Amino acid sequence: MAGLDLLPALIDLVAVLLLALGIKGLSKVSTARSANGLAALAMGLAVLGLLIQQPLSPQAWLWIAIGTAAGGLLGLVTAQRVPMTAMPETVALFNGCGGMASLLVALGVAVYGPDGTPGLVEQISIVISVFVGAITFSGSIVAMGKLQGWIDTPGWTQSSLRHGVNIALAVACLVGALALPGAMAGSPLWLLVVASTLLGIGVTLPIGGADMPVVISLLNSYSGVAAAAAGFVVGSQLLIVAGAMVGAAGLILTQVMCTAMNRSLVSVLFGGALGGAASVGGGGDEAGYTRITSCSAEECALALEAAERVVFVPGYGLAVAQAQHALRELSKLLEAHGVEVSYAIHPVAGRMPGHMNVLLAEADVPYEQLLEMDTINPEFPRTDVVIVLGANDVVNPDAKSDSTSPLYGMPVLEVDQARQVFVVKRSLGAGYAGIKNALFELPQTAMVFGDAKAVLNGLLSELRSMGVGKKAAA
Amino acid sequence: MSALTQALWVLLLGSLLGLELIGKVPPTLHTPLMSGANAISGITVLASLTLIGQANGQVPLLVLGSLSLGFALFNVVGGFLVTDRMLAMFSRKKTRSGGAR
Repeated sequence: MAGLDLLPALIDLVAVLLLALGIKGLSKVSTARSANGLAALAMGLAVLGLLIQQPLSPQAWLWIAIGTAAGGLLGLVTAQRVPMTAMPETVALFNGCGGMASLLVALGVAVYGPDGTPGLVEQISIVISVFVGAITFSGSIVAMGKLQGWIDTPGWTQSSLRHGVNIALAVACLVGALALPGAMAGSPLWLLVVASTLLGIGVTLPIGGADMPVVISLLNSYSGVAAAAAGFVVGSQLLIVAGAMVGAAGLILTQVMCTAMNRSLVSVLFGGALGGAASVGGGGDEAGYTRITSCSAEECALALEAAERVVFVPGYGLAVAQAQHALRELSKLLEAHGVEVSYAIHPVAGRMPGHMNVLLAEADVPYEQLLEMDTINPEFPRTDVVIVLGANDVVNPDAKSDSTSPLYGMPVLEVDQARQVFVVKRSLGAGYAGIKNALFELPQTAMVFGDAKAVLNGLLSELRSMGVGKKAAA
Repeated sequence: MSALTQALWVLLLGSLLGLELIGKVPPTLHTPLMSGANAISGITVLASLTLIGQANGQVPLLVLGSLSLGFALFNVVGGFLVTDRMLAMFSRKKTRSGGAR
């Protein structure tokens, strides 16, 4: 029977290999999609390997079918229905559910586990699985709620009180964890569950919306750790490898994002919302601005008509206004008029690194026109018109010149080098980070107030009435 | 080698592999990569299935296992599909603009 024993092990090995290749392939544009399929295939193989290894009663099959139908269908529907703008929230939701799954497995083993007291390794694994699983779940749900705007940042979380609360919760977790081995299914377990859940909330709640992608990425890494811990609980090496890979890869991704936003992980986690510190420097209201020039869509259209090279800087405001398609229309019209059009994508444009690329791809913007910061920055001095759409902090020149600015040191798009800059914005309210933007007061900058979609449609009709793009109706 | 040391080796090597796998990622792919890695972390399905398999007819275990299977599969199915939806836009873009020029 050696062959029969070997088969599941071989399947597991192939699955691990495919998972690794999948993660690797996901980091290249040309291979990303097939790599995703590869990872999904690996997952299917792993499940298959487990199912043939483990004899199952009809009753077990029934419960598997129920869980599969419920989770699978909900996942299917959610993945198809969710708008691209809500991607960060969606990832947070999925991630939270992954954490919940690890938590439930650990609870099951702890409360109803096999006869006799579990060994020390199992106990430790259960503690880790419960702790990390619960934090991942509650933290992800809070992150989702904050991104959706369902949850505000309560005032007390910005004071040092929150450190006290969180330390108390962490101590409660520790007490629960230490007391757990004595009574697996007793009150220490529930203390650990409740305290970890609250700790997840307490740690995530004070963090400002701008830093939320970093938090989601970190929680994603945690859910890998939770999966690895669950692997120790049920004794599955495949689970340990996959969990460890995702945990480590998630950590790297978190680090990459922090670098792009010029924030250290420590200040994200313990520094509170960026807006709180920033209000010292100028206030979030219009009062801070003195030399603002505003102009109409018509003037902006005239400038566009005369330009040879135009760069759009899209931000989250563009996505909120669902204006990607109007923007694509506008750039098609300008291209037909012989204008060179490109898009400057800041690494953290949107709500998550790479989010803006997804949103523009959805609107059929050619991939080659999306230029990354390092490519586009040297091009700004020879750019006639820059239109900033719903982006703010990523074009703030203070990040380069004003060492007192909270943004100082963050790499920004140097749009102030262009001949003319139009900033499309609803009002002079502060950006996501709550910081005054010196760009708005520069002599070459004009503000076009209004909703991004309305302004773009206004520009479209102005340009059309000027006869732009008529002859080359490609 | 005991089962534990073996498992710890697996943990160590898996972590090292994860650290190496994504050294350079273009920012374009950060969101899909996060979403894809997130789907993979739903590998907890294996733990859920094991729990159900070893339940020995204990209903609470079956229910917990089934529930966690549901959560994990929601993560896996949703995660992979949504990642594919994002990446499909990139690849579609390439072929189309290639044809137009």
